[in-house]
Amino acid sequence: MKVHEYQAKEIFKKYGIPTPKEKMCRNIDEVVIAASKEIGIPCVIKAQVMVGGRGKAGGIKVAKNEKEVKDYAEKILGMEIKGIPVKKVLVSEAISIVSEAYLGIINDRTTKKTVMMACKEGGVEIEVIAKQKPEAIYKVYADPLVGFMPHKSREIGLFLYNEPKRAFECASITEKLYNLFIELDSSLAEINPLVVDKSGKLIALDAKINFDDNGLYRHPDIESMRDRESEDENELLAREQNLSYVKLSGNIGCVVNGAGLAMATMDLVKHFGGEPANFLDIGGSSSPGKVKNALEILLKDKNVKVIFFNIFGGITRCDDVANGILEAKKCLNIKQPIVARLTGTNEDKAMEILKEAGLIFTQTMDQGAKKAIELLN
Amino acid sequence: MSILINNNTRLLVQGITGRDGSFHTRQMLDYGTNVVAGVTPGKGGMEVEGVPVFNSLSEAVKKTEANTSVIFVPARFSSSAIYEAADAGIKLIVCISEGLPTIELVKITAYLKNKDCRLVGPNSPGLVSAGESKVGILPGHIFKKGKVGVISRSGTLTYEIVDHITRVGLGQSTCIGIGGDPIIGTKFIDCLELFADDKDTEAVVLVGEIGGRDEQDTAEYVKKYFKKPVFGFIVGKTAPPEKRMGHAGAVISGTSGTAAEKIKVFKECGIKVGDTPAEVAQLVKEML
Repeated sequence: MKVHEYQAKEIFKKYGIPTPKEKMCRNIDEVVIAASKEIGIPCVIKAQVMVGGRGKAGGIKVAKNEKEVKDYAEKILGMEIKGIPVKKVLVSEAISIVSEAYLGIINDRTTKKTVMMACKEGGVEIEVIAKQKPEAIYKVYADPLVGFMPHKSREIGLFLYNEPKRAFECASITEKLYNLFIELDSSLAEINPLVVDKSGKLIALDAKINFDDNGLYRHPDIESMRDRESEDENELLAREQNLSYVKLSGNIGCVVNGAGLAMATMDLVKHFGGEPANFLDIGGSSSPGKVKNALEILLKDKNVKVIFFNIFGGITRCDDVANGILEAKKCLNIKQPIVARLTGTNEDKAMEILKEAGLIFTQTMDQGAKKAIELLN
Repeated sequence: MSILINNNTRLLVQGITGRDGSFHTRQMLDYGTNVVAGVTPGKGGMEVEGVPVFNSLSEAVKKTEANTSVIFVPARFSSSAIYEAADAGIKLIVCISEGLPTIELVKITAYLKNKDCRLVGPNSPGLVSAGESKVGILPGHIFKKGKVGVISRSGTLTYEIVDHITRVGLGQSTCIGIGGDPIIGTKFIDCLELFADDKDTEAVVLVGEIGGRDEQDTAEYVKKYFKKPVFGFIVGKTAPPEKRMGHAGAVISGTSGTAAEKIKVFKECGIKVGDTPAEVAQLVKEML
């Protein structure tokens, strides 16, 4: 799960990581009041959308007077960045920047350890640096059982800053970043850039925190930060029903059990010249009701012209899936043809249940994908 | 021959009294697995499918000499189930549960490093040594004893591939679902090291997916050290970036961890890649 910059900064504040004076606003009036009464002018107006490249898209502007505050607020609150409409902005104190650095933390899949990453170049996407000059990224690993020891935080500070006072200030920020990462089941926590201002103080100018979906059950306060408006409605609905759905741009709707097989099904449709409309995993022990819910979500996508069921029964019983299809046919007005490949546990029962349902059956997933594509024409 | 599990496997089921635990205990017994014990704290003294249930792992291990465990408890109790099994002297822990927070795996894998104990999973369908033993939820009927080793990050997709391998007239030595999470106990390379010494495994199929760089590292390993023929299949070619495709580990971050990148490295390292599951089985057949 991702949160907005302003939400990440609230968490930073709780942990004592210094941030600029800021206020989140939802309309132009709020921006004008915040800028003139609380933050001060000049100020920075920053679009709150959960995608990178806000600056390049014109979503971050420095307003030098009241007219500019109003103009930029109007412009940014009306714009779309990578297709996402901007509904909130952050009005932030203008900081005169002396230097910029990067500080970030993740769980590294390869070493199976938590790793703190520091780079003397801030404000640039870390992935770009990782590709172009990986040697510029300094990595310090936490001990999984002891934690991030104080001398490691100092090591980070001394790598980024020559002056001891600043280095130790940075060490303190590093320690806090580690603590919030671990305590909140974060999957990425990033300060980019970490700046030194004119007075020599360190400030987290931007903030990014992603959370491990698997850890959310123990952090209801984080779950409540979820911005439902910025997520796809059907993906949210699917998650609430324990289904895993991702919308794509094609027209062949896929219903599959298991994430790997679901990806393989999408790839196969594409391989034979079609375009998958979605990723949809109905999970392991699927009940008829779950299948019906899945079809309901799938059919909200008006691009879907054919439905392709690909079920490899193990724990999933094919007769459960068949009953779900029957139930869905009764309740939902399904006009699209359904191609079904149901194999494994209780496949014979499934065939019996569906023999008069008007489905097109295939033996293999290759045949199923080809048939679905054929039906488009 | 086979790897990790065989006729000497003495299996203990953690969470045996639950819905999934009891159902799959029956399935595993039917396959011929030697299920010697079950554990559910508070339910000691019961029997499930004729298998005695104990209150603790240490008691169960002492009384039954179980050497392998399979975990069916809910994700939030799975970490402690793994620690308990490791402390009781279990040598192989197979965690079926899905949904463990990643940071738990950072700690667990570090803890297990100092023990003579291997973890498979979490979020794994388990493993099968064809004709000998089945630990987990894979459907037993698709396997046939043979010479192909299979290692996969997925569940049902593994069944699809195994089924094709069986249908072209080949069979499997051991098939391992290593799990779909970002951090897992046993990786592709760990399995390959075991397959290298297994006389009955003549070829290995790797089933990978988007996210991370495990497949890339594995390909480099195959090129340098692994002498048997290796085949590959990677899914997620059509997956959009930054979206989790079901498995917690199946996410393309930025431009890294794509299927295209993995397929390219596989091919560069001499791994034959099939475009479809059917094609993978065909490629293996042509070689053997």
